[in-house]
Amino acid sequence: MTAETALLIDFGSTYTKLRAIDLDAGTILGAGQGPSTVTSDVNVGLDAALCDLEKQLGVLPDFTHRLASSSAAGGLAMITVGLVKELTAEAARLAALGAGAKLIGAHAYKLTEKDAAAIAAQAPDILLLAGGTDGGNEETIRWNAEKLAAAKLGCPVIVAGNRVAADDVADTFRDAGIDVRICGNVMPEFNVLDVEPARAAIRDVFIERIVHAKGIDKAEARFDAVLMPTPAAVMEGARLLAEGSDAYPAQGPLIVVDVGGATTDIHSIADGEATEGGVIQYGLPEPYAKRTVEGDLGMRHNARTIVETVGLENFADESGFDAETIESFLAAIEADVERLPSNDDETRFDTALACAAVGRAMVRHAGRIEIKQSVTGPVTVQYGKDLTKIETVIGTGGVLVHGDAPDEILSAVLFDPAEAASLRPKRPKLMIDSAYALYAVGLLAGVAPDAALRFAHNNIAAAAANPKDEHHGHSPAA
Amino acid sequence: MSTPLSPEQRGNLTLITGVIGADTHIVGNRILSMALEKEGFKVVALGALTPSEDFIKAAVETAADAILVSSLYGQGELDCRGFKDMCIEAGLEDILLYVGGNLVVGKQAWDDVEQRFVDMGFNRAFPPGTRTPDVVAMLDEDLYAKAKGAAA
Repeated sequence: MTAETALLIDFGSTYTKLRAIDLDAGTILGAGQGPSTVTSDVNVGLDAALCDLEKQLGVLPDFTHRLASSSAAGGLAMITVGLVKELTAEAARLAALGAGAKLIGAHAYKLTEKDAAAIAAQAPDILLLAGGTDGGNEETIRWNAEKLAAAKLGCPVIVAGNRVAADDVADTFRDAGIDVRICGNVMPEFNVLDVEPARAAIRDVFIERIVHAKGIDKAEARFDAVLMPTPAAVMEGARLLAEGSDAYPAQGPLIVVDVGGATTDIHSIADGEATEGGVIQYGLPEPYAKRTVEGDLGMRHNARTIVETVGLENFADESGFDAETIESFLAAIEADVERLPSNDDETRFDTALACAAVGRAMVRHAGRIEIKQSVTGPVTVQYGKDLTKIETVIGTGGVLVHGDAPDEILSAVLFDPAEAASLRPKRPKLMIDSAYALYAVGLLAGVAPDAALRFAHNNIAAAAANPKDEHHGHSPAA
Repeated sequence: MSTPLSPEQRGNLTLITGVIGADTHIVGNRILSMALEKEGFKVVALGALTPSEDFIKAAVETAADAILVSSLYGQGELDCRGFKDMCIEAGLEDILLYVGGNLVVGKQAWDDVEQRFVDMGFNRAFPPGTRTPDVVAMLDEDLYAKAKGAAA
């Protein structure tokens, strides 16, 4: 009997990347890469990548599963609209990010004609419209639907707002010839978050419409399905690892840190409830599977912002480089964002950048506590997720996989007594996903969860034991 | 005496409750919230330590019919300053506003206190020791009048 195998395809914005996986052994058979040819014919890049893979394997196996994800043509660009900024607008934003979208706009309250025209001009792939709890405010979501319909919005709309108004709102779009579907409210009751229906709807639209709009369906006979936007695959992988399968025990709540050239992403799979007694939870409860994307903390496209965010002086102290040297490194990166470190100093500089990016991204993702003074004494109030007791943190992304100090970089997620209000993990196990296994795990989660986890356990290793020269995997997220 | 509002009508009305400012006295407010829920109203209970802007945000999102502000620690007058203006700013000019509890420090004549809060834009103020049925009766009356006013 031949082994069960899977071919995983990532239609990226720069490359078409393939990975062949032996599902029985849980190992990588080989990887192939071709150019991204989404703008012309997606098959050309796929052929080149398959050719590359065939060279390694000798002969291509008859794959049991052929699954794809896509981050091509700018990824899944979304705009969200809600009512109150901290309530339904925030819930919509969290839902879109959790579905792996690239958020290009987030609006609250009533849109003006100008706002709506600007949104239409931005040409997102999907617009997510929320507003009002079920039975709550109807006026704003109706108003916003009218404005968006009048602005001739050119993309599908998902309505995830007040259910009382949802049918009328959908009619408004339908009458304007706009593709629309209704899903459950992202906030059915005040301060109750329910992002899963919206995430599922986003996934459906992605599969039905966006794959076609981006020209990927030209190759559709050659794979079973394009399942999700690439960032969503990492989230799904993390989720499966946390929850386990029939054959593999649950790993429990965990965090994934993905340091990229344009963004630093953090995923947490955890309910984030207070771990200390007597703490009052405040504000919007956050989703169990939460993803944040820090568009100002990318290792290449905004290296300067990373330095500015932590402050030049702090960065100089931490990295050991003087201001002048830092400036010359930044200038070199800005002149060529594809640049890779070519000597020890540049590698150390990249490590320092990554530490700063990971540290800030983690602070923004994690919840925080505040001590409020009341007449009866101080009270501890918690905003967001308490991640102090998280036991596993997994790092991925070029600088963690190929750099020489993955432990040091990943340690930047840790709780800092000097910034004790930030509820970051205190004593987690630090792991490195050097083969970008989580992405594969996410794609396989739906069809072969046991095999997916076998693969995860074989390929995600404790950070200290991480062999530096292991890069048989190709980044799916370039 | 029959109430002016039926249980069905009450079920369509949303009330926001909470304890304003840096005040942790939650017990009375919780009793009130439970009583209102039991009488059929839809209640959004924000609990203790609620900043004034959070009452308003919750009311906007849920299209609430009334906000019931509790204050027990004597700072109510400071905490509630500008509350009505914030409501108007958020498009809630018609929302019914109640306030109740130990609203001021020391012994002061209730009539004066009540007048002060009415001047601040609250429709009604309730002294310490108010029974929940009295609040329900007032709500019925005021919300019925409001609905009739809106229909007319």
